[in-house]
Amino acid sequence: MVRADLKRMANQIAANFRHHPQAQAAAEVADHIRLFWPPLMRRELLDDLDGGGFDPLVVAAADLLREAASS
Amino acid sequence: MTLLKEHDLGTPARPGPSTIELEIDGLAVTVPEGTSVMHAAGLVGIDVPKLCATDTLAAFGSCRLCLVEIDGRSGTPASCTTPVQAGMKVSTQTSRLEKLRRGVMELYISDHPLDCLTCAANGDCELQDMAGAVGLREVRYGYAGDNHLDLDKDESNPYFTFDGSKCIVCSRCVRACEETQGTFALTIAGRGFGSKVAPGAGNFLGSECVSCGACVQVCPTATLEEKTVISLGVPSRSVITTCAYCGVGCSFKAELRGDEVVRMVPYKNGGANEGHSCVKGRFAWGYATHKERVLTPMVRDTVADPWRVVSWEEAIGFTADRLRSIQARHGVGAIGGITSSRCTNEEVFVVQKMVRAAFGNNNVDTCARVCHSPTGFGLKQTFGTSAGTQDFKSVDSCEVIVVIGANPTEAHPVFASRMKRRIRDGAKLIVIDPRRTDLVRSPHLEANYHLQLKPGTNVAIVNALAHVVVTEDLVDHEFVAERCEPDDFATWAAFISAPEYSPEATAEITGVPASELRAAARLYASGGNAAIYYGLGVTEHSQGSTMVMGLANLAMATGNIGRQGVGVNPLRGQNNVQGSCDMGSFPHEFPGYRHVSDDTVRHLFEELWGRPLDSEPGLRIPNMFDGAIEGTFKALYVQGEDIAQSDPNTHHVQAALASLELCIVQDLFLNETAKFAHVFLPGTSFLEKDGTFTNAERRINRVRPVMAPRNGKQEWQVVCDLATAMGYPMHYGGSSEIMDEIARMTPSFAGVSFAKLDEVGSVQWPCNEAAPLGTPIMHIGKFVRGKGRFVETPFVPTEERTNRRYPLILTTGRILSQYNVGAQTRRTENLGWHPEDLLEIHPCDAEERGVAEGGWVALASRSGETELRAHITDRVPQGVVYTTFHHPETGVNVVTTEHSDWATNCPEYKVTAVQVRARLHARTSPGLPDIASDRVDSDVPALR
Repeated sequence: MVRADLKRMANQIAANFRHHPQAQAAAEVADHIRLFWPPLMRRELLDDLDGGGFDPLVVAAADLLREAASS
Repeated sequence: MTLLKEHDLGTPARPGPSTIELEIDGLAVTVPEGTSVMHAAGLVGIDVPKLCATDTLAAFGSCRLCLVEIDGRSGTPASCTTPVQAGMKVSTQTSRLEKLRRGVMELYISDHPLDCLTCAANGDCELQDMAGAVGLREVRYGYAGDNHLDLDKDESNPYFTFDGSKCIVCSRCVRACEETQGTFALTIAGRGFGSKVAPGAGNFLGSECVSCGACVQVCPTATLEEKTVISLGVPSRSVITTCAYCGVGCSFKAELRGDEVVRMVPYKNGGANEGHSCVKGRFAWGYATHKERVLTPMVRDTVADPWRVVSWEEAIGFTADRLRSIQARHGVGAIGGITSSRCTNEEVFVVQKMVRAAFGNNNVDTCARVCHSPTGFGLKQTFGTSAGTQDFKSVDSCEVIVVIGANPTEAHPVFASRMKRRIRDGAKLIVIDPRRTDLVRSPHLEANYHLQLKPGTNVAIVNALAHVVVTEDLVDHEFVAERCEPDDFATWAAFISAPEYSPEATAEITGVPASELRAAARLYASGGNAAIYYGLGVTEHSQGSTMVMGLANLAMATGNIGRQGVGVNPLRGQNNVQGSCDMGSFPHEFPGYRHVSDDTVRHLFEELWGRPLDSEPGLRIPNMFDGAIEGTFKALYVQGEDIAQSDPNTHHVQAALASLELCIVQDLFLNETAKFAHVFLPGTSFLEKDGTFTNAERRINRVRPVMAPRNGKQEWQVVCDLATAMGYPMHYGGSSEIMDEIARMTPSFAGVSFAKLDEVGSVQWPCNEAAPLGTPIMHIGKFVRGKGRFVETPFVPTEERTNRRYPLILTTGRILSQYNVGAQTRRTENLGWHPEDLLEIHPCDAEERGVAEGGWVALASRSGETELRAHITDRVPQGVVYTTFHHPETGVNVVTTEHSDWATNCPEYKVTAVQVRARLHARTSPGLPDIASDRVDSDVPALR
């Protein structure tokens, strides 16, 4: 997945849940990504987070995805 | 089946609760009040002679052939215009009536060419039939008097002729154009003996006529006749089947001589169209036998090589070996497939099965990704299922109609005719569209409100409408309390009441004056039954899914859901968008919209299909393209879809296709995508398919083959052969067995079978034990998900912005005579109406750029540039330009961008920042660059 596209798509999802409280919104972003993104894109997202430019909600959602993957 | 002639009862049925008992020719008849004597007689098998009457049109009473006698009444009233009355005793055959009728017929025939034996309508002519029915044996007046026999033929229309010498001026054609089609292109010019049918001031082609064929269908003589009937002769057998163009899904009688189609006639018992048609379904079917159709499989090692015609066995073996080889080298997930909304449910089902079971991954997506995927997402979130709520007939009960982001006159013309009829009969109309579409103002029709919003501001509009509903207390509290999740409603109501969503606050964003928006919201909420009809102007945005949920919120808040005349209705673009989605074409869902991570559902499929299935979502189409460019995705099977022309950002799509190690195209023609293909598997046209389509109202219609597959195989057989060659045996005895498997595995299809469809005509899903004959209206009593769910819909503006370099917004759409990428319609006479894509530009924008009417312009975005000619019109507002995407020479998707819906990745076709520059010369480069070969090796047999 092209990194710029991945970031754009993730940030776009975050923007559409931002009206909710932080914890709820992060869970919704994580849920959406888990339900609709294939594993490869999810892995790339987690790998790319350090590169910066991600919405804080995406970063929080990534933590939830990481937790779910390791549990 | 021999030639099917539907019984014409002369005047339309008048359904009603109260009935009338009467006697006709001694037979007791009970009919609804308001029924005509002619119709009542027809119901008991007594066909009163008629010429100006037909049951698709209101009674007219001009031909004086349907006279009857009624006990106790003087004279001989016309049975078509005489309503039944209790106790009435009618005689339809008396010596007095016979004499009168013969006299009328004598007059008609005295001014009619006596060329029956050589007439194209010989054997299919009501005038001829009536002459026989009344026992006409002589014409006492002779034929030497004044007559109309020297009138010229109008052969301007490519599909039918008008021969004025055969016209009896019954006005059926004029009335059909008005009542059925709603175009008002025809009139009766002159008076008395000089009366004649006139298409405006000129000929048919130059008139407002839209070639729907309604006039040809009702003509009782050979005056209006299909050119194919004139050249081929009267058909001798019929096959009932379904049109393969738009999502209306019209039923047709394919009328044939042998296995040659003579004409397609809309079927009166078709649930979706009830006997009406448009220019595409009625006439534009010639592509099926077009000389460019490819009928033999072809392969090549690289796209630079010429195509090599091979046997089916070699093509399947070539493809299977390479697919398995790629998986061995790059992993199971390196291959995938795309299903087509132009194919049948059965064909789509086997493709997604092949991908999931034979490929061993969920990398299956569908062309609905780029049109209505937000509908699936949005309606499932709010109502619980991914489909429109009503049948088309429901519009007859509307009091307020909202059309948003849709242009049914062009894209869903048969439904548009029905909608326009209702509007002419009094329904109020709100149009929400950046363009002034025909619905805003056309003959005998004008929208009450046209909210001419700026492209990209849909969600701001729907939020403002909802804001008015909530803050002015127009909410249907009883409905909400009984039918919806109370907490969700409370949260949503608080959200939408925020001042930022008021019409006054959003006016600057949307460009719609607050007063107009408030008035429209009040009309929708309090004007009676209100229904929303929407199209790709809603879905093809970065907030397409949000907008669909916003519309659902609006309908729930006002109680406009769950009965006739209301609802939320997506107008699907292609014939089987609904079906291809139902069949599990999305990478995260099995058939019936059940997520692949649902263990119970997945185990059911694993048990039946005998393979472990992936529990993770697969790649969407854009993910496949990105993966191809990155080198992780290597092979793509494309069923009936020209992604190189239809998908956004053509350069990106072409780069992806060029990166593939194996591209397999199954289609009718060597389309733009085939230029990048290594395998071409010839497909079948709708005239050869055997299966079902599901239209926009969830109606499952049979598609019956009228001829054997010209390529030698049904498409589902090819897919099964490929899966089998890959080591996963897939065998069916026929397409009905595929439907049986669909029904077994998909709860909403549980009651569907070919046998049932043959018996009842069509059913609308859910069709199961609870609803064995289907479900025309959904969510009656309760929503599919139980309680309706309100979802907050924040307005997040698109990232696609205008700037100094790209100051205009491009939005794209369709035109009546062409269909999608034009692969079919460009290979018909329809090309004459729309030979090229044109750029609509506002006069001010044109003047500022020195653009002249018909002049060439360059259309550029940050994605790419193309050239086309300009049409200057104030149909588009200043700052907005519009074009269609039917021609590869234009390739307008060179210009569209990678922006897409946040939830589904449906491309944002409707908002692209562009610049337009006048050019002095004609097109210098094709829209779609030719970077691959479509040459066929000259050493191999020519394509049939």
